[in-house]
Amino acid sequence: MTLLEVNDLRVHYETSEGPVQAVDGVTFSIDEGENLGIVGESGCGKTTLADAILGILEDNGHVAGGEILFRGEDLTEMSGAERRRIMWEEISMIPQSAMNALDPVYTMRDQIAEAIFAHRTTSNKEASARVDELFELVGLDPERADDYPHQFSGGMRQRAMIAMALALEPAIILADEPTTALDVIMQDQILKRISALQDEINSSMMIITHDVSVVAETCDRVVVMYAGKIAEEGPAETIFDKPYHPYSVGLKGAFPNIRKPNQDLVSIPGHPPELVNPPTGCRFADRCPLATDVCYNEDPPEVTTNGLRTFCHHTDQIDSGFREGSDKRETWERTKAAREVTR
Amino acid sequence: MSDRVSLGKEGSDEPLLRVEEMEKFFQVDTGLVNSITNKIRGDGPDFVHAVDGVSFELAEGETLGLAGESGCGKTTTGMTLAKLYEPTGGTVHYKGEDITQLEGAKLKAFRRSAQMIFQDPFESLNPKRTVYDTLVEPLQIHDIGNQTARVARSLEFAGLTPPEKFFDRYPHELSGGQRQRVAIARALVLDPDFIVADEPVSMLDVSLRAGVLQLLERMNDEYGLSVVYISHDLSLLRHMCDKLAIMYLGRIVEYGPTDRIIEDPKHPYTKALVNAVPVPDPKLGRERVELQGEVGDAINIPSGCRFKDRCEDYIGEVCDTVSPPLEVKTEIDSDRQVGCHLYESADGYDPYTDIPTSDSSVTEDSASADD
Repeated sequence: MTLLEVNDLRVHYETSEGPVQAVDGVTFSIDEGENLGIVGESGCGKTTLADAILGILEDNGHVAGGEILFRGEDLTEMSGAERRRIMWEEISMIPQSAMNALDPVYTMRDQIAEAIFAHRTTSNKEASARVDELFELVGLDPERADDYPHQFSGGMRQRAMIAMALALEPAIILADEPTTALDVIMQDQILKRISALQDEINSSMMIITHDVSVVAETCDRVVVMYAGKIAEEGPAETIFDKPYHPYSVGLKGAFPNIRKPNQDLVSIPGHPPELVNPPTGCRFADRCPLATDVCYNEDPPEVTTNGLRTFCHHTDQIDSGFREGSDKRETWERTKAAREVTR
Repeated sequence: MSDRVSLGKEGSDEPLLRVEEMEKFFQVDTGLVNSITNKIRGDGPDFVHAVDGVSFELAEGETLGLAGESGCGKTTTGMTLAKLYEPTGGTVHYKGEDITQLEGAKLKAFRRSAQMIFQDPFESLNPKRTVYDTLVEPLQIHDIGNQTARVARSLEFAGLTPPEKFFDRYPHELSGGQRQRVAIARALVLDPDFIVADEPVSMLDVSLRAGVLQLLERMNDEYGLSVVYISHDLSLLRHMCDKLAIMYLGRIVEYGPTDRIIEDPKHPYTKALVNAVPVPDPKLGRERVELQGEVGDAINIPSGCRFKDRCEDYIGEVCDTVSPPLEVKTEIDSDRQVGCHLYESADGYDPYTDIPTSDSSVTEDSASADD
């Protein structure tokens, strides 16, 4: 069953140069118990998307169109009080930097209990017992619950944050780069912990990251975002195995894979466009080796192949040669951006 | 350049860098009360054993990766190699000269020859200086001519073209990737022989990463540099390095050719580290060894093997009491070294003879005695 549905969502930030169209017509859904990964480079709008769902956009940001349906109710139409009822109880979050998300002057126990008190009528004792239980769940010593955030290491803080996100057994967790600040061992521990706990309370998750490997291992479906729009969306296995958007193909080659010796790394030349005055047509065109005139003039159509939704004019060329050549640097030197940078 | 003091002797077969039992301890400042109680108890001050006996060699043109979790001492090792810290023990020989003893012209020559690239280009560049000022300063210090041409060439090499366009820019006018390129250009402007790169791409976005990595690869190839890369990202180190040293709590636990260490890790910690790296392919399942807990306390170093509490293959008393030396093992290739009691020493060292007979004494450094 569909839990969260985002339809043609537009989010703008007002700036002195005009509105920045950070999220521009994004549509996707998350089913119950499903893990969705959102990948893309900085500035592609992935964090804005999460902030819009949580209703925590910056002051100059607002939803300029579209809807966000949670169990059929539109979050964008809700009052603050209605939203607060749902937040943490149904939709919770794991922020990127636990250091900044935790209040330094309260103990961990007080902070987690506060979330419980806001939604449930329980005694101090019960809330406290719940904190102990949560700490054990995430692999922390319950005795440490009375410590302050600064007494925790980075990995422990992130685990405490996960405990807090799970406190009310939410239906969906939005995790924004949950492990980016941590080293590999800690990342592995945290990801394993999250997926085990998710199975236990059967919650969905939307995980936002630029680390393609993390998404490959934890998500059922993946959305690849580029410059505020969806470039490609589909089952994780298909998107990693046989992507049809030139951007997804390029992203795959830009990552060193520990299991691949002598891999030739490929970088996609150029930068994403400014989103104050986004270019017409396909936003990736400048950086795309397949770009033709039609890409600069018309919005890319939605093409479905093997369960993937791809927004590109030239999906038909991917299988006829492009995929094989995509791990060669020459391929990417054909792009307009590369010609402009080098000469 | 010919009238400059150069380091090292001509024609010697010294490796570029020879590190022997290098140590770097930091004194812990625990406050007045603690220092008084320590004095009453007759204890000395506490030390963080950040780097605790590290030995390796780096040949000219070779690239070495230092890997390990946060707090394993990899950054301290790198900073000590670049002489940003003074080692508290052991020696570091650069082109045959002990860098701790360098003075005057020789020290200046070393500073010219060894450079560092830092992790965060947002903090490593002075916000009040233009790109040109940043790059020309080392040339002024070392009194090298042709400054504008050198700065331009360095920027161009780093992919900032046309270089003149970047001369008057301030760091805040540059993107993260461009900033890291400026940092790399600054390191290269003096034509160094040796570079320490501390997590050179971990602060950069995915799309920029591959570009900067390509630049670093070209730097190795074209300048023939020797580079020490510091990172916890083994996929990256596999891509960049000839050799790999896996560090744990201030010590190297495994050392050897990169490909072989990653394909066939021997030390239980290396196994866990390799298996913790996610793979960007959902169909490739990996064997996930759960490594519990965190790196131990670097102040009160445990006796015996430092990894024993988290080790899957713990074999008892010998792990508890005898610190395993990093050495060649009988069943492992002779160009690899492993510091673990699971494997038999190739030069006949028997750690069981070092197990203390009474329960009172603890052999903290039996290892070094046997090297």
